Amino acid sequence: MTEKLIFQHSRTGRTATAQYPAVSATAEVPEKLRRKKRPMLPEVSELQAVRHYTRLSQRNFSIDTHFYPLGSCTMKYNPRACNQFAMLPEFLNRHPLAPDATGQGYLACMYELQEMLKDVTGMHSVSLTPMAGAQGEFAGVAMMRAYHKSRNESHRDELIVPDAAHGTNPATATMCGCKVVEIPSLPSGDIDLEALQKAVGPNTAGIMLTNPSTLGVFERRIKQMAKIVHDAGGLLYYDGANLNAILGKVRPGDMGFDVIHMNLHKTFSTPHGGGGPGAGAVGVSPRVAPFLPLPIVGKENNSYRWLTEKDLPQSIGRLSGFMGNAGVLMRAYIYMRMLGKQGMSRVAEYAALNANYLLARLRQAGFDPAYPERRASHEFIITLKRQARELNVNAMDFAKRLLDYGFHAPTTYFPLLVPECLLIEPTETEAKEDLDGFVDALIEIQREAETDAAKVKGAPYTLPVRRLDDVRAAKQLDLVWRS
Amino acid sequence: MPFIPHTEDDVREMLAVIGAPDINTLFEEIPADLRAQGLTQVPDALTEMQIGQLMQRRAAQDGTYLNFIGAGAYQHHIPAAVWAIVTRGEFYSAYTPYQAEASQGTLQLLYEYQTMMASLTGMEVSNASLYDGASALSEACLMAVRANRKSQSAKFLLPSNVNPTYCKVAKAIAGNQNLQFETIHFDASGLVTLDALKQYATDDITALVIQQPNFFGQLEDVDALTDWAHAKGAMVIAVVNPTSLAILKPPGEWGSAGKGADIVVGDGQPLGVPLASGGPYFGFITTRMEYVRQMPGRIIGRTVDMEGRQGFTLTLQAREQHIRRGKATSNICTNQGLLVTAATIYMAITGATGLENIAIMSQQRCKELVESLTAIKGVKAAFTGSRFHEAVILLERNVGEVLSTLLKHGIVGGYDISAHYPKLGNALLVCTTEMNSSEDIAAYAKALAEILND
Repeated sequence: MTEKLIFQHSRTGRTATAQYPAVSATAEVPEKLRRKKRPMLPEVSELQAVRHYTRLSQRNFSIDTHFYPLGSCTMKYNPRACNQFAMLPEFLNRHPLAPDATGQGYLACMYELQEMLKDVTGMHSVSLTPMAGAQGEFAGVAMMRAYHKSRNESHRDELIVPDAAHGTNPATATMCGCKVVEIPSLPSGDIDLEALQKAVGPNTAGIMLTNPSTLGVFERRIKQMAKIVHDAGGLLYYDGANLNAILGKVRPGDMGFDVIHMNLHKTFSTPHGGGGPGAGAVGVSPRVAPFLPLPIVGKENNSYRWLTEKDLPQSIGRLSGFMGNAGVLMRAYIYMRMLGKQGMSRVAEYAALNANYLLARLRQAGFDPAYPERRASHEFIITLKRQARELNVNAMDFAKRLLDYGFHAPTTYFPLLVPECLLIEPTETEAKEDLDGFVDALIEIQREAETDAAKVKGAPYTLPVRRLDDVRAAKQLDLVWRS
Repeated sequence: MPFIPHTEDDVREMLAVIGAPDINTLFEEIPADLRAQGLTQVPDALTEMQIGQLMQRRAAQDGTYLNFIGAGAYQHHIPAAVWAIVTRGEFYSAYTPYQAEASQGTLQLLYEYQTMMASLTGMEVSNASLYDGASALSEACLMAVRANRKSQSAKFLLPSNVNPTYCKVAKAIAGNQNLQFETIHFDASGLVTLDALKQYATDDITALVIQQPNFFGQLEDVDALTDWAHAKGAMVIAVVNPTSLAILKPPGEWGSAGKGADIVVGDGQPLGVPLASGGPYFGFITTRMEYVRQMPGRIIGRTVDMEGRQGFTLTLQAREQHIRRGKATSNICTNQGLLVTAATIYMAITGATGLENIAIMSQQRCKELVESLTAIKGVKAAFTGSRFHEAVILLERNVGEVLSTLLKHGIVGGYDISAHYPKLGNALLVCTTEMNSSEDIAAYAKALAEILND
């Protein structure tokens, strides 16, 4: 069933008058600066709008409705309390530029959030400003550049990035004016240390690493890697995409990382919102602390205030119009307080238990782990190379068929170096029976692939649409509706 | 265990399947000397009731004030239906619509959003959001370097009456790729004039940035500025307030030939997003079709499925980091989807008529405020021309001190811009929306008069 566009519900003159003021005046705008033709916005009743968007919402999979094992995205339960308390009216109505005196309650939460994040990451200082993981990465690499520049080593502009890295890593390097030096992973999933040793040199700014890596395994020789990079004068950057795997178990600061970003919308359970908002707080070691992005919450004599350029003259500057994604940070704060001290390491423990259990069950069911010798971290990779070759049913086909069985698909075709891969991250908030249901579905799809491959290749059948014509979408661009 | 469903039986059975004696064994690949010791700064867990009580106390501590600050974030009425729908789990707890078939709700909404923003700004295409208005300006500058093939300089003209934080952010973000920003000064009316641009007549300029209304709330002569830029091969990047576009000429029609601005950005916060101490908001960016491949961020396209039915999907992904990696148009991945959801529902409910009335009322209230305040001895308006809903007020006293005293009257009286613009003197940027009643304005004027006559 196609759902009409909101514009197709419009009737000229229909409007929701309870929602805006009646005015008798006209706009006081000089003729040449005035709008002549009204924008094409919907002309619908409030009920029509409510019904339309409620119906659209029902055309989504979400954590609240479906198991959503999207690898590298940490789709765990988003406690409702975090939303409700972050949306208390006093918090919502406060203007970001209102005096600090009007925001002491809010600032206290932010200050305590900074302290808790320092503790769980082992970093010296934290800034909450970056608005998503990629902006956190940007802040991190910009700080590394600023650090080298402060030591008269501006020429250090090479960033070492493993081949399995997220696309944001090399994209960030470019945005910071750095060159990317890619190094390979070994068949075991670890980084090739010899290649790393060859890659470092006098122009090395640092290395960007995720640990556990995007291959779903812990980088066991992290200390040797830290030494190689540090000896070469570079810094270690930790991409916190996979922090859920090690929360409370290992701290990036203790592994030797100088700069990290955290994805609060992953590890600390703030909502993903259909593509954001996120929050990409950054943490640093003492030598990088002077370069943190602004603002940061400071505490003096039991009162809180935003630090400015005067407090941190070497800062890389500001990355947002105000204070970053304040309301997201509030949700992360509430979540961390509800987990408490003991709850932090439980996150990693049960995320690992769920991932290793799923891996073991799928392996027993005949699926091929990409790294069979390794423990799963909080996620793992299944490769469907064999199915693609023997049955002509690939990872995309399995993913689409899973939707029919009521499961959101895992991440597909990432990391790129594992062919026909499914990157599966169950998170700690899923119950055993839901994991079992997912395994049963994959077993059933495998059986279908063996007996009726066309059925799997034609999936999905039960969703609002079947497979979409992406080529047409890109070639016959239709990006806005015209009546 | 908060949010962890496992029973002891579950754990036992799962470990048996894994073949591990206990959960800690699962971490055996981590070198022993790296294992974390206990945490010291994370307190013991709170129940939902306890954290609720704590947050209520903290919220009460922050209190409630009459607000007259704008400066890039604006308090508008938000229909109750907006956040009731936004916080439905199906929107709230979904992610980027990678599996299009299982995300048609989010995708169709984003397509509708793109349509609304393109129409509001008078442009042809929109993306699905950037982080906020400030970072959107940075992205627009980086985009202009790619899109303006006539220019080799990566040099931008950035008037000082563009939001000063936006300027700082542009330098912090885009400065890393060696973009240069030349500051253009405003005249006695608070506006950018052709005279101020004259010295760049023969320079290679990638783009001129124009904020309308500018940071002071004044209306720029956008046609003349656009013509000047286009005549010399520079692009025009418009920074706009979406509410104002209900009554102001859309950037897509700027210039005497109506060719329009090339890239339009701004903060979408006024469209149904609460102030909330600074975020999350969202940035918007719209442009002409010819530049769509240079635009950063997610873009949604309408297409058909294998049975010919209408469907929506992420498109032009070859611009993005997960495909293009180091050669992507931006490193942006997660954007501000949920806030776009709010804005789309907000625009659907208010419609063009509602948005227009909100804009007119905001402007009327500002006029009322300026008249009330400047009737007080020692208070005058810095500039006289046409405004939208903000104005710069000059005082004879230190602005910070006056604002502190106003706070004791329960009034957040505006944003002190004296430090940003020392030449203006004791300058206060004030703002009104439809939320500031005539009574609020009278209360503000009365309090200010008392303070200044002390």
